[in-house]
Amino acid sequence: MRERLSARLSSHSFLALPFALWAALFIVLPLFFVLWTGLTDGAGRFTAEHLSTVLQPEYLRALKLSVELALLSTCICLVLAYPLCLILRERRERQGLLVFLLFLLPLWMNSLLTTMAWQTIMEKHGIINMLLSALGLPGVHLINTPAAIVIGMVYNFLPYMVLPLYVSISRIDESIIEAARDLGANPFQTLRRVLLPLSLPGIVSGSTMVFIPSLTTFVISALLGGNKVLLVGNIIEQEFTAAYDWQLGSALSVVLMVFIILNILLEAFTNSGEQGKKRRP
Amino acid sequence: MKKELLRLERVSKSYDGTQILEDLDLTIHENEFVTLLGPSGCGKTTILRLIGGFETPDSGKIWFDGRDITGLQPEKRQVNTVFQKYSLFSHMDVAENIAFGLKLKGKSKSYIRDKIKYALKLVNLESYEHARVTQMSGGQQQRIAIARAIVNEPKVLLLDEPFSALDLKLRQNMQRELVKIKKELGITFVFVTHDQEEALSMSDTVVVINQGWIQQIGTPENVYNEPENAFVADFIGDSNIIDGIMVRDHLVHLLGKDIPCTSAGFGENVPVDVHIRPEDIQICAPEEGQFAGRILHVVFKGTVYDITIEAGGFEWLVQTITGHAQGKEVGLRLMPANIQIMAKPESVDEEAVNDA
Repeated sequence: MRERLSARLSSHSFLALPFALWAALFIVLPLFFVLWTGLTDGAGRFTAEHLSTVLQPEYLRALKLSVELALLSTCICLVLAYPLCLILRERRERQGLLVFLLFLLPLWMNSLLTTMAWQTIMEKHGIINMLLSALGLPGVHLINTPAAIVIGMVYNFLPYMVLPLYVSISRIDESIIEAARDLGANPFQTLRRVLLPLSLPGIVSGSTMVFIPSLTTFVISALLGGNKVLLVGNIIEQEFTAAYDWQLGSALSVVLMVFIILNILLEAFTNSGEQGKKRRP
Repeated sequence: MKKELLRLERVSKSYDGTQILEDLDLTIHENEFVTLLGPSGCGKTTILRLIGGFETPDSGKIWFDGRDITGLQPEKRQVNTVFQKYSLFSHMDVAENIAFGLKLKGKSKSYIRDKIKYALKLVNLESYEHARVTQMSGGQQQRIAIARAIVNEPKVLLLDEPFSALDLKLRQNMQRELVKIKKELGITFVFVTHDQEEALSMSDTVVVINQGWIQQIGTPENVYNEPENAFVADFIGDSNIIDGIMVRDHLVHLLGKDIPCTSAGFGENVPVDVHIRPEDIQICAPEEGQFAGRILHVVFKGTVYDITIEAGGFEWLVQTITGHAQGKEVGLRLMPANIQIMAKPESVDEEAVNDA
């Protein structure tokens, strides 16, 4: 049955043509241009010069900070989303949906708008500091710090963690958890030995979906980091729009892409492990 | 009588305002194979979940070996469960699944290894230690689930319709094997099913339940041959249940005729349910029987023929080994010992029970 279906689909493979054309023209070709620009000089000769420029301390520092902040915001998103998904799993009905939508709300608003809102919240004379001073507490310096950027990332990208994680956790049957309890596992042991391993695909794909945009963002770091905190995204933007050094900008993009490809490979690897589980008798 | 091991005392449970169990009392003994038998939604699985600790009763107590375990967490009960959907851990292989409970209890490596070997041998799956559970058949997965439960040496093994997803042949094999495993282990089994054949062929004791009420507790022969009410008679096996009047002891008025029977103690001229198994009715020549009628239709079922006969204003179901021609005029003969008299339900509650 399955074979026949796949045979029918492959005989209709021409249906994929529009997308294949689209992908070739607007995804593969531009990527090739980025690679080409990053690895050649102005005259079209191959050179590793731009790539080695990336190894200069100021670029490396930005790269390191970008990876660190992206990792940190991924971890925070995971810690926030996991318990939420566990709770949502148990009450799947009406109330669950409401909480779920609440967490997805940032997706429906323009991220530029929400980031600017965070700007006014965290400013020197912003809402947080106004509240603190009203309470007689000393103000905090948040805006233009890495912390502010992480808050912005978490706020904007949390939904991308919640969605795959929820799908993966809600797929775990209640009787699996009951079986673990029945065999002597307390709630914590059940989480560690059964829930976490079974939801690993969700954890990995959620993490990928938060890590990649966090790594490449420049809007959040520009608005919440001022010019004090430079991330790779900001440098790439500057190389293209201010310094007009397309070669260096492309080389930086290529380096960034390596991280992204690594991440996607990790996700593909955990998903292929999951393949066997889908076959239910 | 054997020693009491588990007792539910006036247990009530409701979900979302629907009363599932009310003031249920049930005692289960050591080394007993008890089957909770009833239609779906009758509360049998709820009883099992109360024993397993996955539900807490709204009121009432659960005693285990003389101890009150009503509020005890499932992981602290000396009870293990075999779930309907197998519920194996798909991220572990067979050996890891079986070792799950033992590892949590901090057993030594060699102890765990021996236990896995023993359990796999018991369920006939030696050499499957490192197989992926997701690549096994339903029957194999259920054996692994049994192995995973019994290595923990529970005093009671709970089985929640464990074979309902298996095909008939495999189910019958598993039933035979389960009885063997039970004998080898010598522990109490509480088995939930809606399949009366399964219940009759395996159990020491059958508890027939409907709409949260225990209808009858007895040996398989007991509930089959002497059902206490129309529900039990109808649910277990095929039945002819006819309104009758107990004229006096050993005589029942049935479809206009006085028929001798062996029952006594109902009083005089009391309305009763008369229950006759289809295989207990003999077909004879029209003038020789107590009732005369005509064969409406004949269905060949493999081992027997189901024959519907219209006689005395009632459609009788009769099972015979030899076939009969449709439309033939025949007589029906009833042996006094095969006529089972049951009291009519007294209360509205019981009446509701019998409607199902």
